[in-house]
Amino acid sequence: MSRKTKDRKLTKTDGFDPARRSFLGAMATAAGVTLAPGVILYGITKSSPANARALDSAASSDVRWGMLIDLNRCDNGCDDCVSACAKENGLRGFGRPETDAQWIRKVDIKNPDTGYSKSLPVMCQHCEEPPCVDVCPTGASFKRADGIVLVDKHTCIGCRYCMMACPYKARSFVHEVLEDQKSYAPRGKGTVESCTLCVHRIDADQQPACVEACSDTGGGAMLFGDLNDPGSEIATRVAKYASQQIRADLGLNPGIRYRNL
Amino acid sequence: MKQVTYSEVKGSSTKFYALLALLGAFVLSALACAFYMEHSGHHVTGMTNQIVWGMPHVFAIFLIVAASGALNVASIGTVFGKTIYKPLGRFSGLLAVALLVGGLIVLVLDLGRPDRLIVAMTSYNFKSIFAWNIFLYVGFIVVVAAYLWVQMERRMNHYAKTAGLVAFVWRLILTTGTGSIFGFIVAREVYDSAVMAPLFIAMSFSFGLAAYILVLLAAYRGSDREIGDVVIRKLGRLLGVFIAAVLFFTAVQHLANLYASEHTAVERFILVDGGVYTALFWIGQILVGSLIPMYLVFRPVPEDSQASNRGVILASTLVIIGGFAQVYVIVIGGQAFPLNLFPGMEVSSSFHDGMISAYSPTLPEIGLGLGGIAVAGLIVLIGIKLLRFLPVSLANAAIDPHHKLTIDKP
Amino acid sequence: MKLRRTSIGMLAIMLVCLSSLANVVYAQDSVNMDAGVPLPAIPMGQGDSCVKDTDFMRRNHMDLLKHQRDETLLKGLRGEQYSLKECISCHAVYGPDATPLTVASPEHFCRSCHDYAAVSIDCFQCHASRPESGDLPAGHQPGSTFPTTATVNGSQ
Repeated sequence: MSRKTKDRKLTKTDGFDPARRSFLGAMATAAGVTLAPGVILYGITKSSPANARALDSAASSDVRWGMLIDLNRCDNGCDDCVSACAKENGLRGFGRPETDAQWIRKVDIKNPDTGYSKSLPVMCQHCEEPPCVDVCPTGASFKRADGIVLVDKHTCIGCRYCMMACPYKARSFVHEVLEDQKSYAPRGKGTVESCTLCVHRIDADQQPACVEACSDTGGGAMLFGDLNDPGSEIATRVAKYASQQIRADLGLNPGIRYRNL
Repeated sequence: MKQVTYSEVKGSSTKFYALLALLGAFVLSALACAFYMEHSGHHVTGMTNQIVWGMPHVFAIFLIVAASGALNVASIGTVFGKTIYKPLGRFSGLLAVALLVGGLIVLVLDLGRPDRLIVAMTSYNFKSIFAWNIFLYVGFIVVVAAYLWVQMERRMNHYAKTAGLVAFVWRLILTTGTGSIFGFIVAREVYDSAVMAPLFIAMSFSFGLAAYILVLLAAYRGSDREIGDVVIRKLGRLLGVFIAAVLFFTAVQHLANLYASEHTAVERFILVDGGVYTALFWIGQILVGSLIPMYLVFRPVPEDSQASNRGVILASTLVIIGGFAQVYVIVIGGQAFPLNLFPGMEVSSSFHDGMISAYSPTLPEIGLGLGGIAVAGLIVLIGIKLLRFLPVSLANAAIDPHHKLTIDKP
Repeated sequence: MKLRRTSIGMLAIMLVCLSSLANVVYAQDSVNMDAGVPLPAIPMGQGDSCVKDTDFMRRNHMDLLKHQRDETLLKGLRGEQYSLKECISCHAVYGPDATPLTVASPEHFCRSCHDYAAVSIDCFQCHASRPESGDLPAGHQPGSTFPTTATVNGSQ
């Protein structure tokens, strides 16, 4: 290939069509001109958002919510916590156990060598280093300042990566159209959800529904409180009695602790 | 080497329109499947709270991995300077973009909220490898488009080597990112391994080249152009090398897992008593996908014979089948095995703890996956018709006039 | 020759765009720019007034919603004035049996305007579109005989 061919003006015999090239250029300009009014219009009509006056105070990292569950008091056949959660958050089964959402479940474990068996409620462990938060591409899975791990369903695209990443299988995907959700527990098709530690109740100075049900009608196994407050009952108990976390080896430091596991 | 002429595939034969219609039908059915899944919710699919990623993801991951591998042929020509591969470079870029777009479409349409794609493209959590992958995938399309441009625009040809290097490095990072989607998951024992990234790179080399061989041959046979067996044989041998690489990394992955006693249970599941996963691994991936193709491309056959060409074609097809089996075992087999919350204990619950989860693919999922392949096919088909991706001839004389062949292929 | 045809075409497209832009920009403050399409019949909410005046809400409620949802979700600020639950509670439209309508009905408060503006609402995929029976004021519990309240917002 001679160098001179580079400098020669390209003509139709080379497959170069000047009319086509200028047409494409004109179309590109027209496209830009068509889009411009829309962009300008958007800028004109958009006004600044109102200032939200904070009536309550924001969640703060001085607090770390956690739970201590005493498994000596957790009865094998009792699932008051599960029903209370379903009732509180409007979780309705559709007769499809593989796809129905469950935010808390009772897990029965048995040691095959010794025969020792136990039953325990497992829900989102509200880890301090949540893997679900790390892997969420849009940042919808997040940890609130006070330690509660939540899903921002406005941003969730339903990719289910967090469900892959959660070591506790705590998350559920909403597989069907939902209607008549509870006003304080919005949930919808195509997004991922998990135990919110009844954040709407906590913000109203109440206990999570499972804890309340357990102390009312169950074995009184669940204790909820602020792990960072040295005067709280939960902090005194975890300081006094041995307690452990599920899969502590992963180094996630969950906020849910179990006694007598 | 003689100067290579490229041209669009001219003429409008019935063959072309029939293929266009067929691919279009698959794409439309995929859109219908996606609409059905999105409208009724994912309960109509086989994916559950236990197996959260199913057939659409198997198809999508295969296509994305093959996409980065399909670019290899161009890289070998431009970056590594092997002249015989240079004419193959443009088509390699086209196929890479086509496969990637096909895979991405399947992935996006399977999302729980595909209408929130804009959110996915504007709101990022940069600690997530998924978020990085979004940049890598979109960037790949841009980089390959630029690479194609400098190859096809004669005045920019001197930038081809730089563009090729950028594209090569980008696709390595992209495949590493895709493998890391799994490698970064600490929760599941099958995935939590640093070898996932190099394994995926080896897989991309192998699947990408197999796809390239098949689509290239189809394009040439379909447009009645000549393709010599020098090209076919070279690509076939290269495929054999890549298959060997995949075998190596698979061996490393499983041997390393077997050595750690905490992972023996999951290894036992995949390798011995996992039912469909064990069958797919040994028969699908190892036998059909690796050993037989390697034999087919490396066995001593006369160079210019039909047997040699047929061997390469069959080997490529088997590699793709084996590749699907491999991705299925990785994606779905990895999820089927229960999470180990209480080591050493027998576990049961109402949420399917402690048991191997069942999964059966449903029609909408498979339809969506096939649509992704059809989209890739459409992009290639329309691309070679409109622009000059294919060399006019890849006959032995055109590519390598000094090749020592005593008998010319008829 | 070809260049002149192309530039005439470009000019025509530019004129169309600019004229439609001018039309929209200048017609912003006039209400009857779409003569022939009936204005929506938007039901009155409860109480004396909304948290902000009608004109402001008409243009900016989406920004309020978007901003407040982040405040509530990310920081846990649950002020009564801007809570979505309060909006739904005050703006509930009651059906013939005095129970509030859901967003499935075209007479739902949000739909009465959103249908007219042809803007799809994403909120009610997750949020309940009617107040729960516990939040309903007396007389609107299921089974009561309170008459329907849908009145047209006549004045501008």
